[in-house]
Amino acid sequence: MAEEVILLDTWPSPFGMRVRVALREKGVVFDLREEDLSNKSPLLLKMNPVHKKIPVLIHNGKPVSESLIIVQYIDATWVRQSPLLPSDPYEHARARFWADYVDKKMYSGGRMVWLSTGEAQEVAKKEFIECLKVLEGELGDRAYFGGGRFGYVDVSLIPFYSYFYALEASANFSVAEECPKLVAWAKRCMQRESVAKSLPDQYKLYDHMLERKKIQEQ
Amino acid sequence: MAKLKIIVSATSLFCVRIEWALKLKGLEYELIFEDWSKGKSELLLKSNPAHKKIPVLLDDGVAIAESKVILEYIDEKWKGGDLYPLLPQDPCERAQARFWAQFADDKCLFGTWGACCAEDALEKEKAVEAALESFTYLEKQIEGKKFFAGDKIGYLDLVVGWIPHWLGILEEIGGMKILDAERFPSLHEWAQNFVEIPLIKECLPPRDKLVNRLSLVRSSAPNKP
Repeated sequence: MAEEVILLDTWPSPFGMRVRVALREKGVVFDLREEDLSNKSPLLLKMNPVHKKIPVLIHNGKPVSESLIIVQYIDATWVRQSPLLPSDPYEHARARFWADYVDKKMYSGGRMVWLSTGEAQEVAKKEFIECLKVLEGELGDRAYFGGGRFGYVDVSLIPFYSYFYALEASANFSVAEECPKLVAWAKRCMQRESVAKSLPDQYKLYDHMLERKKIQEQ
Repeated sequence: MAKLKIIVSATSLFCVRIEWALKLKGLEYELIFEDWSKGKSELLLKSNPAHKKIPVLLDDGVAIAESKVILEYIDEKWKGGDLYPLLPQDPCERAQARFWAQFADDKCLFGTWGACCAEDALEKEKAVEAALESFTYLEKQIEGKKFFAGDKIGYLDLVVGWIPHWLGILEEIGGMKILDAERFPSLHEWAQNFVEIPLIKECLPPRDKLVNRLSLVRSSAPNKP
């Protein structure tokens, strides 16, 4: 049966990036459709009526929403190539736990750094760096969070690397100085074609974020 | 001595999910109770340094935290043969179950808690409206089914299993009404069926303990129930 795989996405979304990386790791051919969030398509509204958010994966007409749920679905559906989750139940749970940690901390933490100023930004920056250090601690001396293999936690976290430049510029700090092992991990991931193709240029992202900030402040 | 232990609090709805899952799998376990009056135990801080929260499952000393992560771990490790399945096999159905579990926790549970804690009348009204909208989605999911997982309970039933016993108390102490039997007939019926299951019922904490604990948490700071 011919597979139809559509991804509703927006290029700056770290959540969309996760799905792009996962699909490319699996060698899945997909139709990437860029949404305009100020004018959501009827397809998006139909396929994710609850949240009306991207990313949404539509596989043979059936929608799957929420980026980590989509990545797990991709892993369970296209099993032959690049397993993202370990088969050992404990390692599997460990991967789920850390992806959940990334979900709980990175987006909101990064957003606080970006949007706040002065003393509030200093506090946000400290908390954000603390989270990065916790993640760096979990990585340890391994090549990837998945051990020797690029996996689920790597997919969940790597999109946020594209935001580091913007956050560093905004709050005057260096992730490489604070968490050198984490940056080394990120650069290692960027050498994978799936990641390089799925993450936007960090300077382009920074310009885009500045534009959005200007619009929001008007 | 049980190899499986759970670090719990006596009244936590997140902890009871784990007990239910282990009972469904026919597994024996021991409960290690946190005493909040003494602050967080060394064992808890060591077992879950990232979040410092309960529940934590200790499987032969190895710690797994976050209730939905623990549920999936239990289902993965003890599966096949006669063992009770929590999640469906089909990847699409699994994705659906996970989606609704996340929705139920983010919107129904935390929506209810937010409404319960809101002091300002207008704020409370808005929060209740938002919670009602979320519960409407849940009602649609259970319509025509005995349980969320079908004829028997499963993962999603366990995740929303706080509703029959905890919601009424949150409504009472928060001065609000959410689960109206007329507005949510299917959810109401599900709640009655769910809580009558012996292994579900036997894990429920006494009502008065729950009222005291939730009232205390509500008055101190609006965090997890």
